[in-house]
Amino acid sequence: MTVLETQDLVIDIPERPDGRALNLRMEPGQTWGILGPNGAGKSTLLHTLAGLKPPRSGDIQLDGTSLSRLRRGTVAQQLGIVFQERQDGFPATVLETALIGRHPFLSPWQLEGGNDLEMAENALEQLELSDLAERSVSTLSGGERQRVALATTLTQSPSVWLADEPTNHLDLRHQVAVMNLLSGQARAGRTVVLCLHDLNLAARWCDHLLLLYPDGEACWGEADSMLKPQALEQLYGQPLTWAEVDGAPVFVPS
Amino acid sequence: MNAAEAIAHRANASMAISAWRPFLPLVWLALLGVLALMLAVAIGSVTIAPGEFWAVILGEGSELHRTLIFELRAPRALAGFATGGLLAVAGALMQILLRNPLADPYVLGVSGGASVGALAAMLAGTGTAVLSGSAFAGALLSTFLVFGLAHGTGSWTPARLLLTGIVVASGWGAVITLMLAIGPTDKLPGMLYWLMGDLTYAQTPWPALITLALVCLLVIPLGRSLNVLARGPLQAAALGVAVRPLEWTIYVLASLLTALAVTTAGSIGFVGLVVPHMLRLVLGNDQRLILPACALAGGALLTLADTLARIVIAPEQLPVGVITALLGVPTFLVLLYRSR
Repeated sequence: MTVLETQDLVIDIPERPDGRALNLRMEPGQTWGILGPNGAGKSTLLHTLAGLKPPRSGDIQLDGTSLSRLRRGTVAQQLGIVFQERQDGFPATVLETALIGRHPFLSPWQLEGGNDLEMAENALEQLELSDLAERSVSTLSGGERQRVALATTLTQSPSVWLADEPTNHLDLRHQVAVMNLLSGQARAGRTVVLCLHDLNLAARWCDHLLLLYPDGEACWGEADSMLKPQALEQLYGQPLTWAEVDGAPVFVPS
Repeated sequence: MNAAEAIAHRANASMAISAWRPFLPLVWLALLGVLALMLAVAIGSVTIAPGEFWAVILGEGSELHRTLIFELRAPRALAGFATGGLLAVAGALMQILLRNPLADPYVLGVSGGASVGALAAMLAGTGTAVLSGSAFAGALLSTFLVFGLAHGTGSWTPARLLLTGIVVASGWGAVITLMLAIGPTDKLPGMLYWLMGDLTYAQTPWPALITLALVCLLVIPLGRSLNVLARGPLQAAALGVAVRPLEWTIYVLASLLTALAVTTAGSIGFVGLVVPHMLRLVLGNDQRLILPACALAGGALLTLADTLARIVIAPEQLPVGVITALLGVPTFLVLLYRSR
């Protein structure tokens, strides 16, 4: 199980002042939510944490080793990312798409074996995609594609999950199913980091929160201490009304 | 071994076999390739009957047939096979590199550079050896030019590479038109045939054949990485692919293959675009299967097309590029129309 740490990390957003450098320690078993308005840098932060975009300054470490010193293949064995946008240039079936999650674990001459196939089929089942296994991804709806992307990362089975708005395009039931799946990953000892737009999903499923402001300022900590109406109103520039339902706070715009 | 172990053992064995089953089409395509080569060698101004053909293969048969097969037809058939294979593999690689299904080996201007080199040699009245060298030099020059310009001072993206290639290609096109306009009339047919693609200029098939075999061996282990790259560079990097080195490798390989193909037989159109597409429509999009399949199917297609080009208006010959286009266009349209 893997700890994801940042030291004095400043993400690189053009023409934005450095703001506050991030010193995060995301541990196995934790579910982190990254909240912020459009353009605050949530996706950029996630890509930077995955090592796909160089930071302006600072360092990111997987279990104490700097990401920049690890080979891409080694990183991919430990860290998986679900992107917000996807590109399906060439036709592929749902099962084939899930199976590419095994890529980091196979040598160049190796074919996917029974074990890999089992992991992919298992992932499809968890995301209720088994019936669509042989369908071409290009024929699926937005929500189904979102679940295929999650299934690919589930097949990869990383110990650090980064997901950019994992509930995008999903109906209410699948939103809950996906959030349960992700927090299940955390309970199984994995580190889960999510960019979220829905405050209420964050309030119900995340135990740690990072608030990103458009000017580069940031604050983070345990969810209970971060879910303060004033802080959130300032974050989104939107007055909020809130109530407590089943022990968790629920926010709606006033 | 008890019963349960025996069943598990058998299941494992059948799993190992079924893992290779997707590659069965390669066997059929290889047979098709051999058949195409045999036809190409047997058919022509003097048709060789199957019995006589076997006699020659076994080292007997008449002197005339031996010369016809070993010195005239076999080298040309093999050169055609190699060229078709090179073009189809190069096209498949370019389509992955640019993540654009419309890409073909010539989209980045390689054939334009080669054509200018070849036509210049023809205008100068040099022999075929110099012509080949000049075409190859032109192809490499164009490759470096496009790559250097696309690199520029900014970032290197497929869109930028594509645009640079298209502009450079149209530049070469203008130079080619200029050469045709000022060229002496007696040299025009030869120049036009070369531009359409013509295997008459093929000297020896071996460089192209050996390169084709080597490249197939090289790209098969890259196949799974290419599958991931087809889903976009970010997704590929997230799954552990070293994207930039892989893209450079594909670019250099595809350009080299195209240069070699163009040098062997002029700029034969359509094979590089259509063969990878047809195979994807039928076999799916696993590059580990598609790339070797391209080598075999492209080779078989061009060998058959060249055989037709030799006999349709015999004793005159057509440029083989005309046949590949005439065969390729309807086949491709039918497949596309039927696909989901």
